[in-house]
Amino acid sequence: MSNTPIGVLALQGDVREHLAALEGAGATACAVRRPEELAAVAGLVIPGGESTTISKLAGIFGLLEPLRERVRAGMPAYGSCAGMIMLADKILDPRSGQETVGGIDMIVRRNAFGRQNESFEAALEVRGIEGGPVQGVFIRAPWVESTGARVETLAAIDGHPVAVRQGNLLATSFHPELTGDHRVHELFTAMVRAER
Amino acid sequence: MSSTSPSTSTGPETGTARVKRGMAEQLKGGVIMDVVTPEQAKIAEDAGAVAVMALERVPADIRKDGGVARMSDPDMIEGIIEAVSIPVMAKSRIGHFVEAQVLQALGVDYIDESEVLTPADEVNHSDKFAFTTPFVCGATNLGEALRRIAEGAAMVRSKGEAGTGNVVEAVRHMRQIKGEIARLKGLDNHELYAAAKELRAPYELVAEVAELGKLPVVLFSAGGVATPADAALMRQLGAEGVFVGSGIFKSGDPAKRAAAIVKATTFYDDPKIIADASRNLGEAMVGINCDTLPESERYAGRGW
Repeated sequence: MSNTPIGVLALQGDVREHLAALEGAGATACAVRRPEELAAVAGLVIPGGESTTISKLAGIFGLLEPLRERVRAGMPAYGSCAGMIMLADKILDPRSGQETVGGIDMIVRRNAFGRQNESFEAALEVRGIEGGPVQGVFIRAPWVESTGARVETLAAIDGHPVAVRQGNLLATSFHPELTGDHRVHELFTAMVRAER
Repeated sequence: MSSTSPSTSTGPETGTARVKRGMAEQLKGGVIMDVVTPEQAKIAEDAGAVAVMALERVPADIRKDGGVARMSDPDMIEGIIEAVSIPVMAKSRIGHFVEAQVLQALGVDYIDESEVLTPADEVNHSDKFAFTTPFVCGATNLGEALRRIAEGAAMVRSKGEAGTGNVVEAVRHMRQIKGEIARLKGLDNHELYAAAKELRAPYELVAEVAELGKLPVVLFSAGGVATPADAALMRQLGAEGVFVGSGIFKSGDPAKRAAAIVKATTFYDDPKIIADASRNLGEAMVGINCDTLPESERYAGRGW
């Protein structure tokens, strides 16, 4: 069981960077595009990408319900950027028909920091991550508009949560997979190992 | 909202290489579609496009109409920005850095310094480091790709031959770029200096490509993709995603074809899914045989 891989949802987005970051964190990682592949992983990363595209493809290829079932059953999941949107119970401003997997009791605002010209990097203290600040890369990033009582905020910018955890579910507005710093993926890998 | 949450420790920095190149990383595995109206942009978004390219005329019409092709009207670009939530790209002429300044001021998410428009400078491309907005540029070979990256491009697309609906040039350029990268990997340190000279590209970039075995930025394919199988072909040849220009909105059923190309781009290595996506799509764009195109009507030769 300890060799069971952690999956990266590979419908669209920066899948390769997440696979590399998980391996850098000491995990075995594999791409997931089909329900049977989802069934074979111990945890799942939903990568950065376009949330509308990922949501659409997850619906078309029959992954939304299996994803919801696994998350409901306690599978650890981590979402960065678009992945954070996919793990939110609610989107403030969804495109028509845009569905999420849900699981984290929060409302997210898409593209909350602005368009690409406003995309930025900033060093962030993230609760639960030792060894100094994490370099947060925010690309047309969402933020968390409001959270339920069970959601712990791990980092915030100007009062807006940008890293949150609820039980086995972790989400960041930013992209640690683009930095070569594997500490967020180490945290997630530890969450998956604790669940085994 | 948590009252004890930690806050930022250093100020934000925009327009960094990581933010510009990282934006393209988010587009991987996706389809970027040419659109000329807000309605088309919505169709593209609903079909699952990861971004749209806002322009006044698709390349097939630029070919037909002739004349000088320029940056699109700001009203038209803004209309498309307002219509969709996915990223919006727009084209500037090669070397026309003022068109690029205008596009940045309009708030487009990516600027395509494109050979599809009539070049404004036959020697120089724009200095792309001077912008916060990232650039994508076309290339027919590795040297051209690396020269664009040296000028600040944060994403590269193989050029193909836009507006033809014929994938042959896209294949040629992708094979050329991938083949040259494979060759670099086999060279030793002494040989890389001579390779840089041959490629007419900075040694540091050449050495980086030899080390990584890939470009340091995302590589998409463009110019001639018209069917789901075309898109999957380009991905199997090494493209990390595809641009589709005239192929969608010059076809019989754009919404259906757009969705089909998105599916085939994600499952590019699954022929059954590509087969299903290819059923009953209606008329594809007619297309042009590239060997009958006179040299003056070939866009891929523009760029230096």
